[in-house]
Amino acid sequence: MDAEIIAMLGQDGVTNGAIYALLALALVLVFAVTRVIFIPQGEFLAWGALTMAALESGHFPATVWLLVGCGVLTLAVDGFSATGRRSIGRSLLWNLAYPLALAGLLWGLSLAELPTAARVLIALAIVVPMGPMLYRVAFQPVAEAPVLVLLIISVAVHLAMVGLGLLIFGPEGSRTQPFSEAQFELGSLMIGGHTLVVLAASVVLIVALYLFFDRTLYGKALRATAINRNGARLMGISPALAGRLTFFLAAVIGVLSGLLVAPITTIYYDSGFLIGLKGFVAAIIGGLASYPLAAGGAILVGLLESFSSFWASAFKDVIVFTLIIPVLMWRSLTSHHVEEEE
Amino acid sequence: MKLKNLFVITAAALAAAPAVADINVGVVASLTGPAAALGAETRKAVSLFPTTVGGEKVNFILLDDTTDPTAAVKNARKLISEDKVDAILGPNLISTAVAMADVANGEKVPMISVAPLDVSGDKRGFVFRSEPSADLMVQRVVADMLANGVKTVGFIGFSDSWGEVLHKALTKAAEGKITIVASERYGRADPSVQAQALKVISAKPDAVFVGASGTPAAMPQITLRERGFKGRIYQSHGVTSKEFLRVGGKNVEGALIPVGPVLVAEQLPDSHPTKKNAVAFVQTLEAKYGPDSRSTFAGATWDAWLLLQNAIAGAQKAKVKAGTPEYRAALRDGIEKTSKLVGTNGVYSMAAGDHAGYDASAIVMIKVENNHWKLVK
Repeated sequence: MDAEIIAMLGQDGVTNGAIYALLALALVLVFAVTRVIFIPQGEFLAWGALTMAALESGHFPATVWLLVGCGVLTLAVDGFSATGRRSIGRSLLWNLAYPLALAGLLWGLSLAELPTAARVLIALAIVVPMGPMLYRVAFQPVAEAPVLVLLIISVAVHLAMVGLGLLIFGPEGSRTQPFSEAQFELGSLMIGGHTLVVLAASVVLIVALYLFFDRTLYGKALRATAINRNGARLMGISPALAGRLTFFLAAVIGVLSGLLVAPITTIYYDSGFLIGLKGFVAAIIGGLASYPLAAGGAILVGLLESFSSFWASAFKDVIVFTLIIPVLMWRSLTSHHVEEEE
Repeated sequence: MKLKNLFVITAAALAAAPAVADINVGVVASLTGPAAALGAETRKAVSLFPTTVGGEKVNFILLDDTTDPTAAVKNARKLISEDKVDAILGPNLISTAVAMADVANGEKVPMISVAPLDVSGDKRGFVFRSEPSADLMVQRVVADMLANGVKTVGFIGFSDSWGEVLHKALTKAAEGKITIVASERYGRADPSVQAQALKVISAKPDAVFVGASGTPAAMPQITLRERGFKGRIYQSHGVTSKEFLRVGGKNVEGALIPVGPVLVAEQLPDSHPTKKNAVAFVQTLEAKYGPDSRSTFAGATWDAWLLLQNAIAGAQKAKVKAGTPEYRAALRDGIEKTSKLVGTNGVYSMAAGDHAGYDASAIVMIKVENNHWKLVK
């Protein structure tokens, strides 16, 4: 093992770590605001990546029909518990008119000739709205339930999404074109252009999230909800809105990380779970509460994965997931346990 | 299930002279679940099966095991107790096949597996298979390596049972001839194999054997080529699907793969024993499912039927009545007596001690060239 190999492994570890970091941030965010341990986070990654792959090969992405289906379901739930004509009107607009308009637009476009940026936007436009819809249908009606109930629902949603993923994408995987084919030479080390894109995108996204939470009213509302749900409610912050906004952000992060990871590896309908799980290990390192610790933990997971694949590839996943045990011991020894108010 | 109903209805509607009992054959395949791609191939072959043998009507009952051993066992029991089948074909995976084999053997119903499970021993008295074992395939790979002067080989394979099977086969076949200088593992869903590729490259092997299957097998080869590995890269016979070529693109060019001959039927030399059968099968299949729809999996399913058909013909000569325990025993004995049966994917000769009976000389090496399979002469 020489310096060159260490540098290459480090590069590989940091690239994957950056993607785990995004997922970890989304997991921390969702848990802080809604107390949901969001297992389906990885599915957004897989759906985003596979939608992109479908767009690249010029196929009409089947996720659009899923969006229409989700929209109809959400509309039905909204209609069932409607409070006024205005809210129904808005629900109609977002849950029925928007998916159908998007489907119509895609039907008209010749997908194979679109530039990459347009494809990215379309993939986001298709998959991201399913985040808030998912919250509306699966979690909002039981928002006050204990964490364990929310976790069970989360597992159910995950299984349903994996099944739907198999149905619409089939059992085979896909890779997408990298955003940059360039190669840079740094001494004896070759750095792929796509690696830089992944790192840059992650940093930009993390900074954007920081600015959102620190500078905007909606961001502050989410933070307030995370700190004290009842207090935030008394200040006029709607928990339903906070939940939907959180799931929207989680879906954006999920889809973007999917777009970033798809050129590096082959993504299958069920790949999201394992990648999401590594993000989860990172989120646990951050105690499901601290963003910087979670991001740092993600880089650690990435590096650990990379180096353990070099030394003991057969035990790689064992090593990565065993990391959680000392972390949990350390956390339970150093932090005071606070009973959650139910 | 719908398909099954259809078969039952047609069977009722077309019931031949009541004096002659129909022959019932159960087929179990993974039509859904992770192995759905394999099940689809079996279904294609089943759709080409004839409906009569020697004037007797044959009913096929196709059930889905959802890639789950429990469901496979349930299917086997249902086929035997409710549908009173005379023989079972399938399934696609070793895991489901092992589970079903015990049932078939216990109920004394002959079963021909399309998965390469172990069929030796007393507990497999009624179990046969039409798929060559991984050992035979890897021996062919090692022979090709030796012929091309390879002295050291690196292994990158799945960290699951399939990777283990191939690694063991490679260790056994290479013993004393080729040194394995690196053995690395990865998972199907891993985001990267950079580290494993680096480790293998730093051991400087003459060739690399990728012990994986399906589209995930493309990743090590892509990474090795990106990292500048110039040596020969061998893949296992688990990659022979169009999807592998699609995902691998230009980076899997030159991959060397051992396969059953059906995949490159037209390119076979005329001296190859299965050429005639393989070409005929591929033409029928592609007339129905479009160009390039062939696969070794469909070929193995077809050959499983040929083995059974041969035994059915034998039982007809002996005038045993279908649907009876004697008939099932006669089929079993018939399959065991198979001698030099030329199929589409190989030549089969069974014996009491050899229920696999695949003649290894039928295996050919192919190469990926311009995103197509090309026979290596």
